[in-house]
Amino acid sequence: MLALAPLLLCAAAPPPGASSCSGCHAPASAKTDVPVIAGQPADHLVALLEEFRNGTRPATVMNRIVKGFTPEQVQAIAVWWAAQP
Amino acid sequence: MRRRAILAAALATPFIARAQAVPRIVVIGGGFGGATAARWLRRGDPAPDVVLVEPNPTFTACPFSNEVIAGLRDIAAQRCDYRAVAAGGVRVVPQAAAAVDAANRSVTLADGSTLHYDRLVLSPGIDIAWGALPGYDEAAAERMPHAWKAGEQTLLLKQQLEAMADGGVVVLSAPANPYRCPPGPYERASLIAYYLKTRKPHSKLLLLDAKDAFSKQKLFQAAWTKLYPGLLEWVSLSDGGKVTRVDPATNSFETDFGTHKADVGNVIPPQRAGHIAALAGVADRSGWCPIDPVTLESKLQPGIHVIGDAAIAGAMPKSAFAANAQAKVCADAILQLLAGTTPAEPRLINTCYSLAAPGYGFSVAGVYRPVNGLLTDIEGAGGTSPLDAPDSLRAQEATYADAWFKTITHETFG
Repeated sequence: MLALAPLLLCAAAPPPGASSCSGCHAPASAKTDVPVIAGQPADHLVALLEEFRNGTRPATVMNRIVKGFTPEQVQAIAVWWAAQP
Repeated sequence: MRRRAILAAALATPFIARAQAVPRIVVIGGGFGGATAARWLRRGDPAPDVVLVEPNPTFTACPFSNEVIAGLRDIAAQRCDYRAVAAGGVRVVPQAAAAVDAANRSVTLADGSTLHYDRLVLSPGIDIAWGALPGYDEAAAERMPHAWKAGEQTLLLKQQLEAMADGGVVVLSAPANPYRCPPGPYERASLIAYYLKTRKPHSKLLLLDAKDAFSKQKLFQAAWTKLYPGLLEWVSLSDGGKVTRVDPATNSFETDFGTHKADVGNVIPPQRAGHIAALAGVADRSGWCPIDPVTLESKLQPGIHVIGDAAIAGAMPKSAFAANAQAKVCADAILQLLAGTTPAEPRLINTCYSLAAPGYGFSVAGVYRPVNGLLTDIEGAGGTSPLDAPDSLRAQEATYADAWFKTITHETFG
């Protein structure tokens, strides 16, 4: 049992939807034209996403994507990305 | 989780029965799905033993290969290797998988050796369904390339275009659904049209289609009217576009309405899941693989997960982005199943860019959730770029397309 216990401590799974973001959003170390989200303050990410949702921020795809998530899901995703390196 | 629950969960997991200290996950296929899954699985703490079975030392990416065909990009930019994957702790086995024994949870490799697994991930991509289109076999593809698996076929089509005289006729045929990269034939037609317009302006391009509707249709058609009037002609199913036979001896495409002879003929043929899927018993009569939308585990064989183009992923298209997104959800689900916990209901995103010309890009996006056993579009989300957009937006999306390729290849291959 002692030997098995660490297996049960696997990295917490990201909240639903969060793992898809890195298909476009690269880590800060990689320089691309798409904004970095890893390590950004969660409140900032939530504010941006809600502006995409309500159309007050110009968008290409994020206005279409954010509408697939509830405000609670957006909050959870932002908190998870804020904690990523 | 309380200690008693942990113990119960641990006893229920299959790797305990094998008395393995660390569970082993074997991944077959090192493309956007498989390589991503292998790397993401290593996030476990401690990481499971992850084996990636892939015979090719380099991967040649399909996204942006239409730019290679049109002479806009070097094929070297399409190539990735597995050095960083291996450096990240994935054991890369440079062999083909020859057989899967689902009952005994083992994979037989081309050299006859076997690999046992606790969970198997299949990400075999597509195979061409040779013979599904009469006249189109492997020999025919040397004369009339498909270029739907990037590499030598991509270069063959590019060379044929370069060798064609100004004033020639290029014929492309697009298959019925489903197939890899739904907007791919239309991006290819666009970029070949760009090549012809700028290099061989007296030429014509005919796109014969087995469908009446296609991905990003209005955006493509608006771009064609604006950029390639009189050069590119799309023939729908209703207008006789369905190709019923090809003849490599004469480089011609037959439809119910007549025969089209090509100077360069590009057959995008019917497809099915990569061969190992059928050998593993995870492909159904359609040739594709039904999966559970939460864990991406096969509905036909327990312990085997199928991701990427080979899977029947409901509303999710067969795209590199989708394969990458599915790989991460699948890997997290496997880690949770091995830990004895229940994966939460996932959300997945797809974003797919197409180019109608250099600097002229547009996209389709979708967000998906499990409904009645299938990944289903979330209503009100997703959709295509606006039809009435300034050139600056098309340019911005072309820039984002380029950034997407860099990011996804970096995440997948390191």
